[in-house]
Amino acid sequence: MAALAWLEPLWAFSFMQRALLGCVLLSLSAAPVGVFLMLRRMSLTGDAMAHAILPGAAVGFLISGLSLGAMTLGGIVAGLVVAVASGLVARSTLLREDTSLAAFYLLSLALGVLIISTYGSQVDLLHVLFGTVLALDDTALGLLLGIALITLLGMRLLYRALVLECLDPDFLRAHSPRWSALAHYGFLVLVVINLVAGFHALGTLMAVAIMVLPAAAARFWVRRIESLLWLAPALALSCCVAGLLLSYHADWPTSPAIVLALGALWLSSMIFGRFGVWRQRLVSTVHLKG
Amino acid sequence: MLIKPFLSWFQPLAPVAGSQPAPGLGLHNLTLGYERHPAVHHLSLYCPAGSRLAIVGPNGAGKSTLLRALAGQLRPLTGHIEGLAGRRVAYLAQTPQIDRSFPVTVQDMVQYGLWHQSGALGRWTSAQRQRCLEALASVGLQGFERRTIDTLSGGQFQRALFARLILQDADLLLLDEPFAAVDEGTTHDLLQLLEQWSAAGKTVLAVLHDLALVRQHFPLTLLLAREPVAHGATAAVLTPANLRRALSMRQAFDEGAPWCEADAAPAAHEPAHGHGHEHSHEHGRPRADHPPQVQATPPSAAGAR
Repeated sequence: MAALAWLEPLWAFSFMQRALLGCVLLSLSAAPVGVFLMLRRMSLTGDAMAHAILPGAAVGFLISGLSLGAMTLGGIVAGLVVAVASGLVARSTLLREDTSLAAFYLLSLALGVLIISTYGSQVDLLHVLFGTVLALDDTALGLLLGIALITLLGMRLLYRALVLECLDPDFLRAHSPRWSALAHYGFLVLVVINLVAGFHALGTLMAVAIMVLPAAAARFWVRRIESLLWLAPALALSCCVAGLLLSYHADWPTSPAIVLALGALWLSSMIFGRFGVWRQRLVSTVHLKG
Repeated sequence: MLIKPFLSWFQPLAPVAGSQPAPGLGLHNLTLGYERHPAVHHLSLYCPAGSRLAIVGPNGAGKSTLLRALAGQLRPLTGHIEGLAGRRVAYLAQTPQIDRSFPVTVQDMVQYGLWHQSGALGRWTSAQRQRCLEALASVGLQGFERRTIDTLSGGQFQRALFARLILQDADLLLLDEPFAAVDEGTTHDLLQLLEQWSAAGKTVLAVLHDLALVRQHFPLTLLLAREPVAHGATAAVLTPANLRRALSMRQAFDEGAPWCEADAAPAAHEPAHGHGHEHSHEHGRPRADHPPQVQATPPSAAGAR
């Protein structure tokens, strides 16, 4: 009973219902993308791109204030420009992709903070940096729904090409340069739109958390890519719910509460997971006969 | 209406009709290199369909470079390759850029060898799954189907790659030191597989270092030392004199080399392919004691097929 009472705010208040729906959509779409982000060793790349989105959102904000559409469009454009530009720099100059990405996102972040703090207020800056999962309106939820649908459809179409692009890129390029390019750039697009979705809920600084942390935690429990793609969204959703409730009851800011819940899950998975530290140490002392 | 041409853009390449006799592989005055330094210099060679050709030579002789060019990963500085159009090529690199920690099962990884049939979207039929299991069994990996690839040893992984090659069903197989990490028994099994492939009309080119193995299993050999030393029947190529010449090859690029303006041995090459010799690469300075000697390609053999 006490537990039920603790859960009650989830359906008792409409802002919590909306936040919950937003979390469901975000978990369904961002967590599977995060699995591939992790497997392609691009977790930090995702983080950098999340920062790169800021000036785009800021320019959108400059043009039409706190308008969801303008900020989203600006964010997507900025994210894609930085992703493609750093890819181009990596291919045509001495610099590797990580370095050129770091350079672009730092520029981008500085520009974004400059624009917002010059033309906006402190409140606006906090809104962009830390998100507003408790203030998702209909348009924002519609956007999250659209992004989730595009992501799930995109992942379904790209799945085989994406797995091969991670597993054996030369093989894919030899068989189909088109699918290779489609998997590469299509995936970047999925990352950017999910970061934009995450940025509305969790803010630019923590948007990447809902991609990377559930995937990293799931890796300690299951072995196969298919299982990872199921488990990661489930873990993401449960942590979002836990974070929402924690934030409600303890009166903490919401996005840090969600990210900390994800972080706690990751840490405990690392220790207690099937392939975590504890079990691997324990099991390795006994062995089978053949 | 609109979506169909769009989808066809993503279809796998149509398989080549199998009825016509397969032409062989022809290399015409091929020069491959990096930053204008030739790694393979003026190579002409004809390899009939169904042949097994071993590529032998010291480190840095250009063996892998040659395979990369045939696989389409490196553009020739000059010359051209004939007999690749419309044919399926399978290339097994010396150190494949495969992420062996990626969480897929052995069966799934091998199943991707059927990309030319399934493409990116097609479902795998039960017949295709069965073929995959048979391929795994024929390389001795039954019982490994559901294990993830990170649990395989180096040699077992190489066998899995061979199972994938079986499914790829290519006309031209390019294998770069395929037996480097493989035990003796498995090497024997895989060699039998190569013999079956060439009996079925597939052309097999393999870079190898084990000369005894080459003598026993490869009818044709190309001895390469940045330029062709000899090629033809294995016994005639792998003579002590030829091997000595190959070993005395200069490995480092000669930064002071002059432009390669004319062929050192003009009669040996085919000037017939249009641009003569106007290319811009530098000669590794030919050693005076043994000028490059190339056996001319038999054009008649190419015509007859």
